[in-house]
Amino acid sequence: MRKFRSLLLVGLLVVSCLFVLTACGKDEGDGKIKVGVVNNPPSESGYREANVKDMEKVFSEANGYELKTFYSDKNDAQLQAAKGFITDGVDYLLISAAETTGWDDVLKEAKDAGVKVYLFDRKIAVDESLYEAAVVSDMAKEGDTAVNWLLSLNLPEYKVIHIQGAMGSDAQIGRTGALDAQFASGKMTKIVQQTAGWDEAEAKKIVESVINSGEDFNVIYAENDGMARGAVAALDEAGITHGVDGKVVIIGFDCNKWALRELLAKKWNYDGQCSPFQAQIISDLIKSGKSPANKMIINEEKGFDAKTITQGDIDTYGLGD
Amino acid sequence: MENKRKKFLSGGLGQLTIPLIAIAILVIFNLIRDPGFFGIGISHNNDGNAVLSGNIITIINGASELAILAMGMTIVTAACGGQDISVGAAAAIAGSVFVKVLKSGSSISVGTVLLAFAFSCVVAMIFGAFNGSLVAIFRIQPMIATLILYTCGRSIAYWINGGATPTVDSSIIKAIGGFIPGIPVPTPVFIVLLMAILFKLLFRFTSLELFTQSVGINGAAARLNGINPTLIKLVSFIILGVCVSVSGCIGVSRLGLINHETLLLDIEMDAILAVAIGGNNLGGGKFRISGSIIGAYVIQMLTITLYAMKVPSTDVKAYKAIVIILLVVIGSPVVKARFSKLMARISENWKKATVKGAEE
Repeated sequence: MRKFRSLLLVGLLVVSCLFVLTACGKDEGDGKIKVGVVNNPPSESGYREANVKDMEKVFSEANGYELKTFYSDKNDAQLQAAKGFITDGVDYLLISAAETTGWDDVLKEAKDAGVKVYLFDRKIAVDESLYEAAVVSDMAKEGDTAVNWLLSLNLPEYKVIHIQGAMGSDAQIGRTGALDAQFASGKMTKIVQQTAGWDEAEAKKIVESVINSGEDFNVIYAENDGMARGAVAALDEAGITHGVDGKVVIIGFDCNKWALRELLAKKWNYDGQCSPFQAQIISDLIKSGKSPANKMIINEEKGFDAKTITQGDIDTYGLGD
Repeated sequence: MENKRKKFLSGGLGQLTIPLIAIAILVIFNLIRDPGFFGIGISHNNDGNAVLSGNIITIINGASELAILAMGMTIVTAACGGQDISVGAAAAIAGSVFVKVLKSGSSISVGTVLLAFAFSCVVAMIFGAFNGSLVAIFRIQPMIATLILYTCGRSIAYWINGGATPTVDSSIIKAIGGFIPGIPVPTPVFIVLLMAILFKLLFRFTSLELFTQSVGINGAAARLNGINPTLIKLVSFIILGVCVSVSGCIGVSRLGLINHETLLLDIEMDAILAVAIGGNNLGGGKFRISGSIIGAYVIQMLTITLYAMKVPSTDVKAYKAIVIILLVVIGSPVVKARFSKLMARISENWKKATVKGAEE
């Protein structure tokens, strides 16, 4: 009796497995393009939230895609997930890596499995043959644009507090580079250069320590909006003026709506855009079936000056609410 | 006389010896390094208020969230013999609720701020009760039980407000996180004071302190004496929930912005360290909240000192770790016992010598 029951159970198990398998099989028959996206978590920043939403919108079922996503800010977890997507048999793998290194093996695996890889938002330090195209923001260009804008102010002296993002991230390396070149040439003076790891409160601490040390400065270059806000809070408490008519020039990045409103109110001076909208470009590439001539596709980006920004700019380019 | 000397040798302040010595060393170190470190000035902030400024103010102000969390952490440690590692994540949830309620109204008044705080407080207490019931009822080790919320807390916070970093611009919020017009001392400092007084009153008018200690020392014995260990442990986590909510709301108010990924990031470790530096037994039992508060200021002072020395912020944690290892090892029972034995021998030798001297 007992034997019979266990046999029955096993039978049930087999049948249910078959059912699941056929269900899966049906899924594949839909002719949808399977896309696996490995991204940083939407909670990371307003930028990422807009980025994730954009991906979900473009790679929707209505547009003929079957989307699988994985979000983590840990490189290891991302590598695991990418491997998982390859075994799952996705057609395309889209990656925004947490770190620029460590991806060689996974991308080779993808190539062997016939999975086409697109990088978005962030570059990875691997051979170009391993991916179809990289649709990226040119962070170094963002930095250059901001620094050139800063130079165009023709201040008599540049004493800069430089608040960096999480060390090693593409955004940090790119946005730091342009300023480092100025420090090296002696055109600008480095008062302090510290990383706050994208943390607003940490940025405030860094600026507070400079204020308390009594050192003079007239530029704050923060590598994202949140850290710029932290820095400004420290200035406000110490009674140091900032913005268009103030003593300290405030530079932020990412173009959150609230940050652009600070620009409109002339409390900040400059905000560099970092466009999170790469999904459409990639989708067009996938659907055209062609490989782009140049693998590096730069997403055009702007920088906003407090003197010229309009409400329209905020509505069009601002992230979040 | 003899007794007094013994007490002095083992540290006349008892449990507070180590944290006070740590502060003294940091003060001396900074005095040698740069006497200007301690300068306090009055400046006018951008709202036109006269406010105190200087490193000391930065330290006392900046340690507020940590000090409040350390108070709650002390109770949990004493009652359960373990620590809650989810306070940072829980604070992100509490802060997100705070902002969510603030933004749901059309304008921000004192009433809405209080309402928002009440909401965040209730939510934090519920999460505290969740942790507490895992520990008290299901007897899971505190660190394992709170690991759950530690892992998922910031994701929960994300669901509340979405991924953008919502901002709240209001003079009231600014006053809570910064300065009340006309008062030169930062508001968070008053909030710490208020919390400390509340704890003092709680211990004065209830037997919670005694009950907590007895549960922490021996739960079975406490039960035989009519104390309900489950309830006491649960209560300790709910109290910590209140602390979490208060510090989360301060954290949000400082910048008028919630970034649940970075709000009070890694503060759980600092809070536990504050409890340890405060001389409290991490295995539960006797405790002094004042020790943990001083511990919190020690940690903040250390951080600010390192910043003032322009140590790269990536290296700050490593330097902090070195100092904290030293403090904790010096404060450990093994070293204390060795030290007092050594002291006893020295004083005996000294006594012998003096007696000999007198005979001659």
